[in-house]
Parts: sequence; C-alpha cells; structure tokens
Amino acid sequence: MTISLPKKIWIYFLLTVTSLLVFFPVLYAFMISFMTGPEILQGKFFPQSFSLDNYFKVFDRLPLVKYLVNSFVVSVGVMFGQLLVCSLAAYAFVFMPFKGRDFIFFVFISTMMIPWEATMIPNFFTIQKLDWLNTYQGLTIPFFALAFGTFLLRQHFKTIPKELHEASQIAGLSRFAFFWRVILPVSKTSLVTLGAYGFLTTWNMYLWPLLITTNSSVRTVQIGLKQLQSQEMSTDWGVVMAGVIVVIIPTLLLLFLGQKQLQKGLSQGALK
Amino acid sequence: MKRVELIDLSKSYDKQIDVISGINVTIEPGEFFVLVGPSGCGKSTMLRMIAGLEEITSGTLKIGDKVANGLPPNKRELSMVFQNYALYPHLTVQQNIAFGLDVKKVKKPVQQKRAEDVAEMLGLTEFLQRKPRELSGGQRQRVALARAIVSESPICLMDEPLSNLDAKLRAHMRMEIRRIQRTLGITMIYVTHDQVEAMTMGDRIMILHEGKIQQVGKPIDIYNNPANPFVATFIGSPPMNLASAKNDSVSSTLLIGDTWHLALPANENYSHPSSELIAGIRPEHLRPATKDTPEADKFYVEVTNVEVLGNETVFSFELGGNEWMAKWSGQWHIDSGDRIPILIDTGSLCIFEADTGELIKKPTDLGNFVFGKEVLL
Amino acid sequence: MNTHVKPGIWRRTGNARTAFLYLLPSVILFSVFVFYPMFRTIYLSFFLTNQNGEAALHVGFENFAYLLESSAFLNSMKATVLFVLYTVPIGIIIALFFALLANEKLKGIGFFRTVYSSTMGISVAASSVIWLFLFHPSVGVFNRVLSVLNFPQIQWLLDPEWALISVSISTIWMNTGFSFLILLGGLQNIDEHLYESSRIDGAGYFYRLRRITIPMLSPTLFFIITISLINAFQSFGQIDILTKGGPSQSTNLIVYSIYREAFINYQFGTASAQAVILFIIILIVTILQFKFGERKVHYQ
Repeated sequence: MTISLPKKIWIYFLLTVTSLLVFFPVLYAFMISFMTGPEILQGKFFPQSFSLDNYFKVFDRLPLVKYLVNSFVVSVGVMFGQLLVCSLAAYAFVFMPFKGRDFIFFVFISTMMIPWEATMIPNFFTIQKLDWLNTYQGLTIPFFALAFGTFLLRQHFKTIPKELHEASQIAGLSRFAFFWRVILPVSKTSLVTLGAYGFLTTWNMYLWPLLITTNSSVRTVQIGLKQLQSQEMSTDWGVVMAGVIVVIIPTLLLLFLGQKQLQKGLSQGALK
Repeated sequence: MKRVELIDLSKSYDKQIDVISGINVTIEPGEFFVLVGPSGCGKSTMLRMIAGLEEITSGTLKIGDKVANGLPPNKRELSMVFQNYALYPHLTVQQNIAFGLDVKKVKKPVQQKRAEDVAEMLGLTEFLQRKPRELSGGQRQRVALARAIVSESPICLMDEPLSNLDAKLRAHMRMEIRRIQRTLGITMIYVTHDQVEAMTMGDRIMILHEGKIQQVGKPIDIYNNPANPFVATFIGSPPMNLASAKNDSVSSTLLIGDTWHLALPANENYSHPSSELIAGIRPEHLRPATKDTPEADKFYVEVTNVEVLGNETVFSFELGGNEWMAKWSGQWHIDSGDRIPILIDTGSLCIFEADTGELIKKPTDLGNFVFGKEVLL
Repeated sequence: MNTHVKPGIWRRTGNARTAFLYLLPSVILFSVFVFYPMFRTIYLSFFLTNQNGEAALHVGFENFAYLLESSAFLNSMKATVLFVLYTVPIGIIIALFFALLANEKLKGIGFFRTVYSSTMGISVAASSVIWLFLFHPSVGVFNRVLSVLNFPQIQWLLDPEWALISVSISTIWMNTGFSFLILLGGLQNIDEHLYESSRIDGAGYFYRLRRITIPMLSPTLFFIITISLINAFQSFGQIDILTKGGPSQSTNLIVYSIYREAFINYQFGTASAQAVILFIIILIVTILQFKFGERKVHYQ
C-alpha cells in the first residue's frame, strides 16, 4: 500500500507528538536523576551535567544491590517455575487424552476469574504457617501455576502435528523424552513469550512482596522504591529518580528486545 | 523380512459400531501390499492398528510369529512414513534421519555413517545440515523415506506418503519407492486413496470400503475380475460402466438399462434365482462398430461429451439413467450430439447379482488387451 | 491362543494416570494457593477473627450487612466504580489510537511501537513514584504548566475533588503499554487482502475503519476490555504510593480497602467479606462480558 506524502507527514507528526507525550514521564525522570536539589526546584528539563552523584547516593542509602539481586532471583525463579509447571500441564492437556480432560481444563481456566487479591488473606497465613515469610520460596512458589500460561502453551502445542508424537512413539521415545526432546525445543517461541511475560510481571509485582517481606533479606526493588520514596519525601527527588531508573532498566531492556515476540505471543494466546 | 497376519481384526470407538470389522489377511514377507479405498473407509485406522498407534478392539495381529496386539509401537520392529512427513522441525536433516537410531542408543559414529549412506541413496547428501523448513516438498518426502529406511526395520508402513506432492513428482516417487522396496526386500504396507498408485505399486492390493474388505488380489486380477460393483467402479479410470440388467431366459437376451437387448450365446444363460442383475463393461471394451458389423449388433448412442486426450478419445453417453463412457484409442472426430454406432462383446461383460453385488460372470474375452511377452519375439 | 486381548483396567487408565502426574504440580499449587484460600475467604467472611486470622465468632451475614451500611465501604465501592469508568474506556481508546497509528507501514515505525509499549516494562511502583513527582504541588510539571498559562494551581493528589482523577490519569498511562501491544497484535492479524479489496471498491479511511478494522478487531477488543476491567478492579500499588487511599477516603479503592482492613486493622472477617464482594464483582463482569460481548463480536 502506498501512502500519499501529506498523509505521511500527518502520521509522522501524530506519531512524534504522542510518543513524546507517552515517553515524557520516563524521560523526565531520567533527566531528574542527574539533577541536584536546586536544579529540580528551578524546574529545568535538562540537567547541567550528567553527574552520577544521585546514583551513588541511592546505592548508599538503600541496600539496592541486594534488592536487585533479590528481584532477579525471584523473577528468574518464577519464570522457570512457571515454564516448567505450565508446560507439563499443557503437554498433558494436548497429548494425553483421558476422561474428564475438558472438565479439568475448565477448572484450570476458571482460576483466571478468581482475583488474586481476593485470596491474599488466607495465602498470607499459609505462607506464615509454612514459615516462608521473608524467603524466596514464599515469593515464588505461589505463582508457579498459571492458568494463562497453561492456556498459552496449550494453544501452541495444539499446532504441533500429532504425527510427530506418533513418529516418536515408533522410534521408541518415552513420553517424557518426547516432551523434553521434541515439544519444548519446537515450542521455543511460546516459551520465550511466556518466560518474558513471567519475568516482567514478577519483577513488577508489588502487593505480595509488600505483605511477606518484613526485612531486607529477600525484599525486592519495588518495595525498595516505596521505602525510598517515603524516606525522601520532597527532599531529594534526584536520588529517588535515580532509584526509579535503576529499577526500570532491566524490564525496559527486556521489553525493547522482546517487544515483537511478546506482542505476537500474547495476542495469539489471547485469541486462538 | 517379516510376515504380518491380521486375524479377524476389528476396531470400534466407544463401543459404537465397528469402523473396521472382519479383517483377515496375511501379508507375505517382502511383499508390497497396498491398502486402498475412498476416504473414511478405515484404511488409515488399519495401518495405525498395525503400527500400534490405535488399540485393537478385537482379533489378533501377528508380526512375524508373535502376537503383537499389546506391543508398544517401538517393539514391533517397523518404520512408518506419514502423509505430512512428521519431520522434527528443530532438527537438521541429518539429525532427523538419525533420530530413531539415537533413541535406540546406537553409537554416534555408526549413526552418522548410516544416516549418510541413506542420504546418499536418496540424493540428500547436500541437504544434511539443513532444517526441514528449508527444503522443498519433494525433499522433505525423501527425508521421511530416509528416516524409515535407516531404521532397517523389516516392515515399513506408509500412510499416503505421496499425496502432498505434485503430479509429476508423484509419478517419479512411485517408481523410486518401489525400487527401494525391491532393493531392500522389506515388507511394505502402503495406504493410499489413489487407485493409480495401488495399481502401479502393489504386488497385491486390498480394497476397503466402509471398514470391510471388498477384494484382495493382484492389481490386474482385480481390474479384470472385480468382485463387486464397488470394486468395479473404484479401480480403473474412467470407471467400469454399470447399468441394471434383466436376464430373459426365454428369448435368451439380456436387457441392459431397459434399452439394449443383447443376444446371448446359446451356452450362456444366467438362470440365477433373482433376475435382477447389474451389467458392467470397461470403457475400452465398448468398441466402434464398423461397416462390416451386422446392423443387429450395433447400438446407437447419442454422445453427450467428448474428451480427446491425444492418444485416446473418451466420450460419454447416457444409458438407463447412468452416464457411460467409452474409450477408444486414437483421435476421433466426434461431436456432442452425434449418434454413433457401437459394439458390445458379450464376452467382455461382467455380470453382478443386484442384491448381493456378487460377481456371477467374469469377462472371458478381454479383447485384444492381454498380451504375453511372446508377441514381441 | 487368546484372540480377544482385552487390555486390563491398569493399561486402559494409563493415559489418565500419566496425565495426572504431569498435572500434579499445577493441581497442588492451584489447590493450595487458589481454591483453598478462595473457600477459606468465603468461610472467614462469616466470622469475626482473632489476630492470627482464625475464625473466632460466627456472625453469619453480619459482616456483609455491616459493610453495606458502612459509609466507608460504600464510599470505597463508589470510588472503585468511578475509577474503573475513568480508566477503562479512555485507556482503551488511547491504546487503540496508538495501535492504529503504529500499524501504518512506515520507516522507523518499530521505534514508535517500542515507545508506545514502553509503559508495560515500567512497574506500578516506579510509575507511581514518577507520577508522584509530576503531581507534586510545587515542583511538579503540571502545576508549572498551569502557572505558565496563568491558571490557578491544583492540589492534584491532595484535593479530594482531584485525587481520584489524578490517580486515574497515571493509571491510564501505566496500562496503555499492555493494551497497545495486544491491540497492535490484533490489527496485524487482519488479512491484508480485505483492505486491498475494499480499496478496489474505493472505500475511504474511516469507512474501512468502521467496516473492516473494528469488526475484525472485535475479538481482540473484547479480550482487552475484559482484562482491563479486571485489572482496574485490582489496582493497588498506585494507591499505596500516590495517596494511601486519601484524601478523606476519596481514593480508597476496594483492594486497598481490603489490604488496610486486614493487614493494618487486623479485621480479617470484614476484609474477607470485602474480598468476597470483589470476587463476585469480577465474576459478574466476566459473565456479563461473555454474555453481551460475545454476541457482538465477529469471530473469523
């Protein structure tokens, strides 16, 4: 399709203006993170110099490295946990016909309708009873089973021809070996999508870590931000924004790299 | 090289009616055996039962001398080629070919040697490092064949392996598969819906319809002596012409399609309890009447459609509500609407019993269509 | 020789047994962290509880009766509904607008797509901290712009009239990234030939938008509306950081209210009753969506 020149200019204009609006808060936060207190009060947009003072300060005031490591461990843990648990379930749903399969699948899907916040009170006490407060397992294991993830992978597994399964049966591959050596490698794209989604949502999780971390041992960066913000109210915004930038960089990078993949994967999982 | 024996085999799903029943057949070692039938006749189900991919509802399956009913697929010592080839998309051609060997823990150098040998045999050597999606349909088909051959299983099952190829390639692969099967001497069980494949490839063919065996035999015997009207129309192109017929024993004539009175030779009389018959004749046995033909033997037909194929001419006409076709060799200048005289030899007629479909008269005179090699000398 | 080899029950249930093994991790986790707590929440909603969240006194529906008479809870419900109405329709319209723009095949479009989807990579906590600054009464951008234009200053987060609107604005910004990504995916799934044939028929841009794009996009729109509604009802982080439910309860959304009731006031019984109400609301939203949405949706 060819687009006429005036129309092209008009579209570029709209794209530029709206992009600037959308990205302004992040860009501004980035600029602030290099500013000194007086500069912020003057209301400038560009800092006088890109000095890293605020960054040094934020690492000084908070155990930010520890928080980053915690967030990373928790996010990677949930990512792999979800991939494993969901792909096992999806594999059973697609490649093992058994009585009541549709019903069990329906039960799985119905968990999507239960808002996680409606169950957080008993969950909190479960974690407390298991003595999992302030532990990595308390932050990760409750999120391993994911109806959306199972659904997404099931949709992809269904597109794998059943003859592949039959051919490997004739070759003498066991069920698990088929899963491990054929299904998982063939579904790499869906696994990457789900993995990125899992990492992103876990990294950004707020309420659950707020509830079950009471000290800095396994506390994640998101709670660190809250801490920072409530410590620094109206005094040192430069330091706070430096913290914000540090926290959003890993997920922004992940999103920039995997934007196309996520978009395809999520919209397919949602609709097919 | 193993025998495969099917004894009273049947298959039903969820205790419903049988989709396949009463299958009794022995496939001899080294034989090329073709299962042919229209879609939904149960031929693929039968193959999958032999492979162990479908459970056998009742009856016995013997592979070699062993009962194989409960054996898992990999214990049956067979290989299989699927219609969509079932290549592993994430593996290279080499890895695809060697996959079964790898599962069986064959040593790596041996795997590689055998994969390369087979690849060479099928002309795949230069593609060994490619992924299946980088190959053409014909090349993928060869990889699937290679995967079956490399296992050195005594039995090979093929489920419509050529149906995703274009016509030219298909004709070529027919010969190639036949050649490989002969060279290796494996027992081949081949499923197809294409009667041309069945006729050209099979040592013996089995025609299935609605889950029941219609006929088993050598292709040419089936062509000449179809066991029932279904087989008669399924095998051969254009199909055998059929029309209802009545036997008049008094005047010793056969009334075909309520229009044609065909005088029967004195020694032929179908004094069957039922006089309701079906008469059939192959298109090539409807011959042009010549000037010397006595007027009484001529049948005039009104041509409804003509196809000139270069070396032969096929035209159709209507008889007793059925469309009949005649096939004459050479190019004939006939137009739709022409009335032309044709000739029927009673000898080349097939007569079936109308109720049971049973063949009661085989064609005795096959015209000038059967030749021995001695003619050439 | 046995010609009728009937596989035993052990073999016939082979699939079910293996499948169960593969499903077991999910089944256990769902049971422990979804189904059990759901029933436990319903159970607790009929009790007064002690500090450890254990049922102490059965009160039947009194928790619910109390909530429905409590002006604080009714206010929280009203704030939640208003919040959903402010954020969902506008958020989706903006995301759809971005997706339509970003679906044009132009040079450098990938850059714009990345920018539009960027907010998906920014956590609620980080976004809220940034917006907290933007809304700041003296150093925030909004009030600076207002003062440049000679408009009166607004106490964005501190004024009960404005707080919910301010929170909604920041929430719309946070959610556009995800909605945009899903809608763009939906737009790209539309068959190009449909547009080509309509161009041959001479249809203009808005005609094509109305007659092809929106109908073909309807399953995606349907999906994103449902997800956005559910997400909006579940908002928490922005409230905790931006307003803490204030000023004068004007932004005390339901999840924040549950959180406060349970983990600050230790009233687990009434908190559970609120959680049950949240559950019922989301259930109704989903059912209504499917009942009315499904009919108008064009599936291929």
